[in-house]
Amino acid sequence: MKTDIILAGVGGQGILSIAAVIGEAALEAGLFMKQSEVHGMSQRGGDVQSNLRISDKPVASDLIPLGSADIIISLEPMEALRYLQYLKKDGWVVTNSTPFENIPNYPATEKIMAEYDSLPNKVILNVEQIAKELGAPRSGNVVLLGAASPYLGIGFSELENGLRQIFGRKGEEVVEMNLKALRAGKEVAEK
Amino acid sequence: MTKRLFLGDEAIAQAAIDAGLSGVYSYPGTPSTEITEYIQSSKIAKENEIRSKWCSNEKTALETALGMSYAGKRTLSCMKHVGLNVAADAFMNIAMSGINGGMIIVTADDPSMHSSQNEQDNRVYGNFAMLPMFEPSNQQEAYDMIYEGYDLSEKLGYPILFRITTRMAHSRAGVQTREPKAQNPIHEEQDAQQKYILLPVNARKRFKILIEKQKEFLDNSENSKYNQYIPLNPLKGTLADSQKSPLQGVGGKSPSVNSGVKLGIVACGIAFNYLQENFPDGFENPVLKISQYPLPKKQLLRLAAECDEILVLEDGYPVVEEQLKGYLGVGLTIHGRLDGTLQRDGELTPDKIRKALGLEVATNYNVPEIVKVRPPALCAGCGHRDVYEALNEVLKEYEGAKVFSDIGCYTLGALPPFRAIDSCIDMGASITMARGAAEAGIFPAVAVIGDSTFTHSGMTGLLDCVNANANVLIIISDNETTGMTGGQESAATGRIHAICQGIGVAPEHLHGIVPLKKNYEEMKKLIREEIEYKGVSVIVPCRECIQTYARKAKSNKQ
Repeated sequence: MKTDIILAGVGGQGILSIAAVIGEAALEAGLFMKQSEVHGMSQRGGDVQSNLRISDKPVASDLIPLGSADIIISLEPMEALRYLQYLKKDGWVVTNSTPFENIPNYPATEKIMAEYDSLPNKVILNVEQIAKELGAPRSGNVVLLGAASPYLGIGFSELENGLRQIFGRKGEEVVEMNLKALRAGKEVAEK
Repeated sequence: MTKRLFLGDEAIAQAAIDAGLSGVYSYPGTPSTEITEYIQSSKIAKENEIRSKWCSNEKTALETALGMSYAGKRTLSCMKHVGLNVAADAFMNIAMSGINGGMIIVTADDPSMHSSQNEQDNRVYGNFAMLPMFEPSNQQEAYDMIYEGYDLSEKLGYPILFRITTRMAHSRAGVQTREPKAQNPIHEEQDAQQKYILLPVNARKRFKILIEKQKEFLDNSENSKYNQYIPLNPLKGTLADSQKSPLQGVGGKSPSVNSGVKLGIVACGIAFNYLQENFPDGFENPVLKISQYPLPKKQLLRLAAECDEILVLEDGYPVVEEQLKGYLGVGLTIHGRLDGTLQRDGELTPDKIRKALGLEVATNYNVPEIVKVRPPALCAGCGHRDVYEALNEVLKEYEGAKVFSDIGCYTLGALPPFRAIDSCIDMGASITMARGAAEAGIFPAVAVIGDSTFTHSGMTGLLDCVNANANVLIIISDNETTGMTGGQESAATGRIHAICQGIGVAPEHLHGIVPLKKNYEEMKKLIREEIEYKGVSVIVPCRECIQTYARKAKSNKQ
């Protein structure tokens, strides 16, 4: 198996913790992985992305080639579209629907959503709202990961374990809340 | 030993610790910062008392590393590519003296300028100083090269320049670690004075020794396991029928299109991974992987003998390509960044290699036009914002005002809504450029520099201003940290006023203020008054970086 994942968002939204959970899960599953991320200047409210590649064979390039990503996971609806050139024809886009508007020329929401109409495989969800309803307002990124979980090529229980690894030191309560968020996201994808 | 998930930077740091490191000396700079940070937060490093405090700049860092090496201990100095410009005086002359305890100098280059003002390729420095270099192709190799590199450095008696690029620094992979080694004891060299006192009489001898050493460096490189000649896989067919040049029609540059030319490929550092990505089932050309320099001549001669043309893949400048091609470009046909087979500037990617080899690059979806650029910005609540707002207000009153700025978060003041600065060249250039511009007749000439940048390279420029009684206003926007690289300790914290006074700024023209909305009027008044003063004025708006502030608040809560 081989899954090429692009994680997208705006600096500070928390895409790297999604990457960390998937990374732990991949290690747990005995898979090879490479994950390249952006540090420094781009973190200050600019667009950020991370290339995450997992495979049962060694991974060569740190970067995903054009047209070959299996999935784009984005915490922001316009940011997902920025990487469409990397998406496989039958690839999935899983995105948060809430715009992060910190630029004056941010496009109208309807225009963004219209772009999604032409994509065959997508899950669009309001992760903040779902997280809030669960009483876990800070777990929006984990809800998103849950929604992406059916398309990652990693078992759900491995993702749960990855999550336990990453959040374990913050206490059992935080772990349980995030597990709930993960499951809630998965339910949306399966609807 | 277990496999651990490491950033390239972290693999380098862990390998240095495991190789018996005694001290790392660095100044923060993307993408090199995480190496030193990893060592600072490593429990084992703390237990073993590995020194890791940040230095004021890359030059002080590298010289301190030399001092530790002089005493016989293993040392590491890490910097971003432009940092080596600052440390270049030390670097070039350490190549003359040589070292005692093993020394590795990491240069983290930034092709495509993700977070830098240029994309210089510091392999040029390696060649310039005539030193051996490593350029890992993946994280495991980065670990192994550092781990073994210390032995090599001590065996050769010279430092090793270790070149990585942003992708290597900031990409994570599983890395197998090795048995930790003990640190070296202090051990002095015999005849150390002849080595380290670079008076001409000694330096001439040292240069002859360095020239003589080149044979050994080359020999080591030709026998390095990191340089690998990969002949054509017989399963891929015979040379004759598979070796039609794949460079068909690339930019119309290849003179050998369709002529059944045999193409050999040189892949340096991370380029090797990108090449592999395009040939998951094995290469279709003879490939020479290069990860150690000087260039392995033996293997290159073999490639030249077996092929008609050579394609050079390297991330950064066409350093190897130029060396192979020579100035006149007669003889062997070399393809790469110079003849347009690959883009001359920018980071190398698997896709660029694919295109260069004439393979199809297929995208299925285009980026919609509605997708807009989202540049980075100063954080909400950042003190630099308040400084720029007040400064902009005052400068509206002066036609022809120029603001010379510097390297740091506050460079983002160039973007809307502020558009507050007119220059950003290199660390410290704000103060010196302001002086030059003032002496040319520009008024008001204002410099805006951060606290960490000021102690890195601004202090000497301020001394020049004081000595010349230049008519400048210098604003040292102090957020008590090295912000842009993620909030490292700043050498300037708590010292700026004393430094400025010591340099000779008149106390009545040296002011502190807290950059907050409630102090706007006072800030504007100060700026106006000091612009009107004909001489050197320094205003130090000081308020902690809101990122480090939030982090501290969070960790106090836990």
